Amino acid sequence: MSLRIAIKDHIRETQLFNQRAVAFLVISALLMLFVVTRLFYLQVASHEHFTTLSTKNRLRVVPVAPTRGLIYDRNGIVLAQNLPSFVLNVVPEQVEDMAATLAQLRELIYISSNDVAVFEKIVKRSPSFSSVPLRFHLNDEEVARFAVNRHRFSGVDIEARLTRHYPLGELAAHVVGYVGRISEDELPRIDTANYGGTDHIGKTGVEKYYENILHGTVGHQEVETNAQGRLIRRLKGSSPTPGQNIYLNIDANLQRIARKAFGENNASLVAIEPATGAVLALVNAPSFDPNLFVNGIDPKAYKALTDSLDQPLFNRALNGQYPPGSTIKPFLGLAGLEFGTIDHETHVACVGHYLLEGDRTRRKYRDWKKKGHGITALDKAIVQSCDVYFYDLAHKLGIGKMSEFLGLFGVGKKTGIDIHGELSGLNPSREWKRNNRGQVWYPGETLITGIGQGYLLTTPLQLAAITATMANRGKQMQPAVLQAIQDPITNAIDFITPIKLNTIIFNNQDNVESVIRSMKSVVHSLFGTARRIGVDSPYKIAGKTGTAQVFGIKQDEEYDETKIKKKLQDHALFIGFAPVENPQIAVATVVENGGHGGSVAAPIVREVMDAFILQ
Amino acid sequence: MKFSDPIDFYPNVNQRGRNSLLYRFHVDLPLLIGLLLISVTSLIILYSAGDQDFELIYRQGIRLGVAFIVMLVLAQIAPHHIQRWTPWLFAVGLILLFSVLVFGQSGKGAQRWLDLGFFRFQPSELMKLAVPMMIAWYLSDHALPPKLSRILISLLMVFVPVLLIARQPDLGTALLVGCAGIFVIFLAGIKWRLIFLFSGIIAACAPFLWFTLHDYQKARVLTFINPENDPLGAGYHIIQSKIAIGSGGVYGKGWLNGTQSQLDFLPERSTDFIFAAFAEEFGLVGVILLLAMYFFVILRGLYISAHAQDTFTRLLGGSLTMTFFIYVFVNIGMVTGLLPVVGLPLPLVSYGGTSMVTLMASFGMLMSIHTHRRLLST
Repeated sequence: MSLRIAIKDHIRETQLFNQRAVAFLVISALLMLFVVTRLFYLQVASHEHFTTLSTKNRLRVVPVAPTRGLIYDRNGIVLAQNLPSFVLNVVPEQVEDMAATLAQLRELIYISSNDVAVFEKIVKRSPSFSSVPLRFHLNDEEVARFAVNRHRFSGVDIEARLTRHYPLGELAAHVVGYVGRISEDELPRIDTANYGGTDHIGKTGVEKYYENILHGTVGHQEVETNAQGRLIRRLKGSSPTPGQNIYLNIDANLQRIARKAFGENNASLVAIEPATGAVLALVNAPSFDPNLFVNGIDPKAYKALTDSLDQPLFNRALNGQYPPGSTIKPFLGLAGLEFGTIDHETHVACVGHYLLEGDRTRRKYRDWKKKGHGITALDKAIVQSCDVYFYDLAHKLGIGKMSEFLGLFGVGKKTGIDIHGELSGLNPSREWKRNNRGQVWYPGETLITGIGQGYLLTTPLQLAAITATMANRGKQMQPAVLQAIQDPITNAIDFITPIKLNTIIFNNQDNVESVIRSMKSVVHSLFGTARRIGVDSPYKIAGKTGTAQVFGIKQDEEYDETKIKKKLQDHALFIGFAPVENPQIAVATVVENGGHGGSVAAPIVREVMDAFILQ
Repeated sequence: MKFSDPIDFYPNVNQRGRNSLLYRFHVDLPLLIGLLLISVTSLIILYSAGDQDFELIYRQGIRLGVAFIVMLVLAQIAPHHIQRWTPWLFAVGLILLFSVLVFGQSGKGAQRWLDLGFFRFQPSELMKLAVPMMIAWYLSDHALPPKLSRILISLLMVFVPVLLIARQPDLGTALLVGCAGIFVIFLAGIKWRLIFLFSGIIAACAPFLWFTLHDYQKARVLTFINPENDPLGAGYHIIQSKIAIGSGGVYGKGWLNGTQSQLDFLPERSTDFIFAAFAEEFGLVGVILLLAMYFFVILRGLYISAHAQDTFTRLLGGSLTMTFFIYVFVNIGMVTGLLPVVGLPLPLVSYGGTSMVTLMASFGMLMSIHTHRRLLST
């Protein structure tokens, strides 16, 4: 067994070490070269590529929302404007703990649970670096309180921005409408590029109908941002083109007077300038404050509005379909004359009711006046609103001719007003009943159509429009809310040309004049149903009262004694235009459950006419 | 015979510089200059990458100061003392590593810290020095090149601490400790045949190692292979880092003008990814200068090792220098997308403390090795 002990050979070990050190040196030099090659590749060969990426990283093109156009009434009174307001914005990406931040913010600033719900919805669909509004309209105190505590909230900031405001509040809510935050289902319908910086869009009324005119064109701003998307500095950009201002035909003063004249009643009034179709007033009561909707309405407030039996959100003027009642009589009288079914001498003996020939049930079709009107021709029938005369006329005309003639004036058709959502009313006919009810037309139904009851339905807007056509002696203008468009930069005003729909060709123009004379007598004669408003009138009014029966209450309505009593009362209607020979204004009003047209509806119209004609 | 007294130690000093004050305090001037240059570079880029925060510079300055003091203190200790303490140091290090596994404080999902009441201590840092010292101590005891049995024992002494560190898990440090140990074996003159054999075995084991990795470690490797797969997640670092470096170009965007770092696009820009911030602002020219500084320090380390007077110091010095290179190479490789993201800082430049002290301690040992030489007959 041999024990070999290796003797340490220092020289050899040193050489060995040096060899290895050199090997390492070579390898490390190669690796360094490798690194330098890589750096050369990154910094020289691909320099441009990475410069592009770097620029793309830091530069962002941010859309700049245009200022929304203003809305004025015909006299230049502001109906919709943009007011500066303080908004609390949150950049979700910069907030570490959203729940905790919201809780802390709530100690300083009132934030409703609805604000949070809307906020969270928008957060979900926005990039995390974009700032999302949490609360609008901070008051000075809240702004100050937040400013002091700002350091505690990263990613939360206050921004001064313009918010839509409707100074008249509920007075013109159903015409002007309101803007609201763009909802998810609206997204596919809008030009996302143009709406890049916009978060509000017209939801109803003129705001919706003329969205394209009011919105304007988006501008762009190139900004440098950091990785969190926070703006570092602004670079070049193109400024947005503000939306155009619009003038409406609406007269804010008429709106106010009509609203006041309604009193406590639920009512609707539409006033039209016959020559142009300009809608001078469109008022509903009750109404709502459109300002509530601009930045998202509180669900509680919204529920209160939708649950109210008075239906404040309901645009009665466009969507309220009421039986026209006796207000339809002048038109049917004109139909009788035009078809030659009657002449001015044709008369009935009104005994307070009418019996249909051959009706074996001998049902009595009652006149509103139990005693009857006695011997009655057309003029008296219109002036005193004799139902029996019109039962008879309807019977003679038949539903076909009635429907045809009313159709000429526009009953049962949308008027084409520049507000979305209008209903067409109903101009019943045999065909309509067969197609929609699957039933034949009964002769009795013709009779009650003759006094504006039964299936016949009109909206207040339609009533105003057919009244204007009557005032125009057959010239039919399309009702128009928009009067003019103003360029916000040059202030040049471009007036909208009124649209003539049709001119009704009468067989004898005298027929129209005679009916209008009778309508004048409704107001200006001793026995006229609206004589009360004609007594002291400095100008002559042609009109017709109406009382529409309310058949009953709906099953799902709540039982409330005082309400129900009121709800069972008849609707009071009045249509009219003035001055008779040179009509400036045609008005229709419906006062729900108001009672008699002559006593309730006509005075409202008179006040509106006074305000417009005597101003 | 007392070796600690430097004046006794060099009776016939006549070489240039030997009498200088620096030499008397066992400072190696070229090494010191190299390290100082890198440290100054660190403060300059840190000011830019750290959002011009003087607090950051101040704290990094303090750390650098402490680290330089540690270096100077170690430089005073003669190599043979170091050699004598080596086995004890290694044993203590191993015990501490075990204790970390048992009592350790975890931070960021990894158990690396040992709380000693007054300060927290990372035993794995100690092993960066203890492992190469131990292997050098063990191998220098016998003639070189070492026999196979001694190589295997050395490998065992390397892998036990490496596995313990990898368990924490701290892959970066485990890699450095492993390299430090293996470099000693390499420098001891192990045959190339064996080197290739061991490399082959490790390569064959690699697929099995995959399954021992933590999820986040696997993700890093996958991300390295294809960073664009997950541009906002794990790949974000490397993509932004490449953009920073690439957009820097030849001359850079200028100090404080790097958009990637100034605008927060570059993550960890004052720590692990500081090289990218540097490359963005100073360009290829700056980067090559920085690499030259590092290479100068490495060359000086190798020079010192080659001139060491005994096997222990020669092996130790060589290994420490080579590990320093690995440090630099792995960090730059990771930042430039050549290597997977391993959490290793850029030595002396990245913001952060513990590893800097260990690093400077190793340079202290190098200085000690060089300045405690006995003048032999020349």
